[in-house]
Amino acid sequence: MPEAPPFVHPYIPNSVPETRAAMLREIGVGDVEELFRDIPAKLRFHGRLDLPPPILDEAGLRRHAEEIVRKNVSCQERLSFRGAGCYQHYVPAVCDEIARRAEFLGAYSGYTYSDKGKYQATFEYQSMLGELIGMDAVTVPTFDGGTASGSAVRIACRLTGRAEVLVPATMSPQRLAIMRDYCNVGISLTPVGFHPDSGEMDLDDLRAKLSERTAAVYFENPSYLGLIESQGAQISELAHAAGAQSVVYVDPSSLGVLAPPADYGADIVCGDGQPLGIHMLFGGGQFGFIGTRDEERYVMELPTLLFSIAPTTTKGEFGFGWSSMERTSYDLRGESHDFTGTTQGLWGIVAGVYLALMGPQGMRELGETILQRVHYAMKRIGEIPGVRCPALAATPFKEFVANFDGTDKSVAQINRGLLERGIFGGHDLTAEFPALGRSALFCVTEVHTKADIDRLAEALREVVA
Amino acid sequence: MIEAESKITLRRFHAARWNEPIILELGSPGQRGIHVPPVEPELAAEVGPVAVPESMRRRQPPALPELAQHQVLRHYLRLTQETHSLDLALAIGEGTCTLKYNPRVNEEIARLPQVADLHPLQDEATVQGMLEVLYRLARYLCEISGMDEFSFQPGGGAHGVYTNASIIRAYHASRGQLGQRDEIITTVFSHPCDGGCPATAGFKVITLMPEETGYPSVEALKAVLSERTAGLMITNPEDTGLYNPHVGEFTRLVHEAGGLCAYDQANGNPLLGIARARDAGFDLCQFNLHKTFGTPHSSIGQSCGAVGATSALAPFLPVPVVVERNGRYAFDYDRPQSIGKVRQFYGNPQTALKAYLWIRALGAEGLRLVAQTAALNNSYLVKKISEIPGVALYYGEGKVRLDQARYSWEPLTRETGVGTQDIERRMVDYGVENYFPSHVPWLVPEPFTLEPAESNSKHDLDTFVEVLRRVAEEARTDPELVKTAPHQSTIGPIDEAAVNDPHRWAFTWRAYKAKGLDYASSE
Repeated sequence: MPEAPPFVHPYIPNSVPETRAAMLREIGVGDVEELFRDIPAKLRFHGRLDLPPPILDEAGLRRHAEEIVRKNVSCQERLSFRGAGCYQHYVPAVCDEIARRAEFLGAYSGYTYSDKGKYQATFEYQSMLGELIGMDAVTVPTFDGGTASGSAVRIACRLTGRAEVLVPATMSPQRLAIMRDYCNVGISLTPVGFHPDSGEMDLDDLRAKLSERTAAVYFENPSYLGLIESQGAQISELAHAAGAQSVVYVDPSSLGVLAPPADYGADIVCGDGQPLGIHMLFGGGQFGFIGTRDEERYVMELPTLLFSIAPTTTKGEFGFGWSSMERTSYDLRGESHDFTGTTQGLWGIVAGVYLALMGPQGMRELGETILQRVHYAMKRIGEIPGVRCPALAATPFKEFVANFDGTDKSVAQINRGLLERGIFGGHDLTAEFPALGRSALFCVTEVHTKADIDRLAEALREVVA
Repeated sequence: MIEAESKITLRRFHAARWNEPIILELGSPGQRGIHVPPVEPELAAEVGPVAVPESMRRRQPPALPELAQHQVLRHYLRLTQETHSLDLALAIGEGTCTLKYNPRVNEEIARLPQVADLHPLQDEATVQGMLEVLYRLARYLCEISGMDEFSFQPGGGAHGVYTNASIIRAYHASRGQLGQRDEIITTVFSHPCDGGCPATAGFKVITLMPEETGYPSVEALKAVLSERTAGLMITNPEDTGLYNPHVGEFTRLVHEAGGLCAYDQANGNPLLGIARARDAGFDLCQFNLHKTFGTPHSSIGQSCGAVGATSALAPFLPVPVVVERNGRYAFDYDRPQSIGKVRQFYGNPQTALKAYLWIRALGAEGLRLVAQTAALNNSYLVKKISEIPGVALYYGEGKVRLDQARYSWEPLTRETGVGTQDIERRMVDYGVENYFPSHVPWLVPEPFTLEPAESNSKHDLDTFVEVLRRVAEEARTDPELVKTAPHQSTIGPIDEAAVNDPHRWAFTWRAYKAKGLDYASSE
């Protein structure tokens, strides 16, 4: 029987037996297993891992991978109206080109002399996002918008020395769950009600709940239910009058047409940048941001890495560097109040590419076209007998609520019917917000044509009939 | 065959130096990078212009650049040329980071619409492929670690450590002991997040210091254990590359004291198929898929801290967890003891997919080969680096450093006045990535930490050694050359004081302008 060929792997150059032998000779070790001699025998794994055999040929690996992923049905193949925190926007080809560059894909924590381009691209992203939200200090990407909001309200608690955060009753359940976990250190989260007709925050309830214990009023604009919170300035004023911080969560794709939160009194702005040229990736496209005024007392509370522009010894060039690392968990270790680590850096760079392509005019047009399409969709869906749409009266940005209490169908049934017609319908709110009855949250963006919306409306009409 | 590669010639490298302006300085009014799909006239006619509430109308357009498409692409391509990823430059110096090859076929798969354009809230029937990947990867990682369940929700290694701290908190709370058990024990050579994350979760953190061995003694651990102990959170091997052989005793003692043990496996590369977290007595662990499992580091992004738990602690994992029922895969949200969520949706599923494919390409035999080769590469590098005059190694005399080693230039610095950060800047002039000195505190003086993962060839290692040997020589013959480096990089040395001065730092272009800074014309 011929001897089995050596196990040489394309990812492991030193798997060639002759090379291994030469290296072992160099270090004076007979068998590579001797290198594990400091691990006590009783802690060693003596068996063989029960894993499928290796697929050594790339063609075979690709075939296997494609077989699996083809069991998925993407939003390219179906018409999708899902949003609720992750959004289907058009991703410009230049964004994809930069996102797949080996230089950015393979960069990590190299410093400015190895990775200057990474630093500059990130600084530029921070700069362009700062223009959108109206803030001078912007962090590198955080894990996602939910963790950004968790960090933001904890900053407010540290700044005020208080431990209660008022949050909207319409808050995203996912972000609320993240914030709850993040604030499970003695910080209480108190919901503030909303007007049942408009969906906007109930300011009387806000006044009643504000107190000397309030560290922050956190609100989302547009809200999770898609509505533009027109009372932003009043909410911030009320928060400030109580000595609390105003923390605003925004959808950056709205900021070509909506006021930057700094204009209506936000002290800390946070949000999720996935809408800015990042694919949905089954949720893997999310990334968070935090912005504040460039005041030392705010900046020194930011938990993330911060990339600052810097002078160099050479005239005519910009450098970049890590700023004030003593703020971060890297330096504070067991004295930390928050933490950072490897997050979503590449998506910040890609969002910068997106904003550079869009420019001020593109962002304004994006907002305008979405607003018109959303209103058209609401109108068409509202014409269907038994469907109340919009279910809430405030102006929506790219999502709106439709209520199906006037039909005899549950949202789950309706979505099954839509799926049979090749449509991913609105996100079911029935369990998340029982007060809204049988309702769904529909998302419409610039990718949805009039024909797409008409198709949704026709399918819905059939399904609810 | 080996001889052909044996000759080491240091490169006459010079980085691209584009002096690329900040993008907000580029372009001119009216240029467009892309058009938004226009509203159809019939649609516009039907709804008319839609106004946003007056109070929320944007009055000033955002001061974004106005650039045509090609100019945007060119700007960013120039920035890519000024970024030396592991695919261009040897990244052996980024110790603790496990920079290894990221198979391109996995990237191609993750770009398919059936991955890239999946909405996370689609009907489960339409995402069976992704659920299958998450389910199978969880099973593989259970096999590799000995744990019973896995979650991929944490968006990074530190985030995984934080999740474990949150699980420890929830566990003690479920037993009514949270008020009493408020101390987490870690070690100073574990990653800083092993202290930072439990502190964030509200714990007091006790940090053990190393003995001559490089790790704390069993006695040191015993001295801090009490009824206040909530848990132990450590790496092993630690950042020194030294494996604490008493880890089994550590976990036993912590359990006896009523605490839990969480294993930060950021340094898990040399242990694949060699040693398992569960067998060392851990209740929880986390793998950094972007390190050990070959997925890209993505400019500090697309990461995943996969968290594993024993069946006793699995009920506390974030929701949802993927389950299999009669050949169909589903999300299980019905876990009343769960800590809830640590990130929206399911983390970075594209990263889990790439890690899955990486494991499939290697199998059990390949994973063991990864661990062996990581250890072989490191032992080889330790020998070669130690031969460079001016280098010292502290701790762990005679012990094997498994995946990485923290070296010291102290003898060289004493002799020449050239410090580790000078060398860090100078090595870039030879076309390799700068090395990572050390986390703080610097217990090892003038430190540098090297980690030669398995995707580096012997020739790569030899080349890297020669770069450091050359720079050490320069420190003796021409110390100013090293102290004023880099000379052939993308930029000259930056003014580190400026980025730490509130009056001179700027994190955005608008802050730079508002502060009246002018770095481009300063010397």
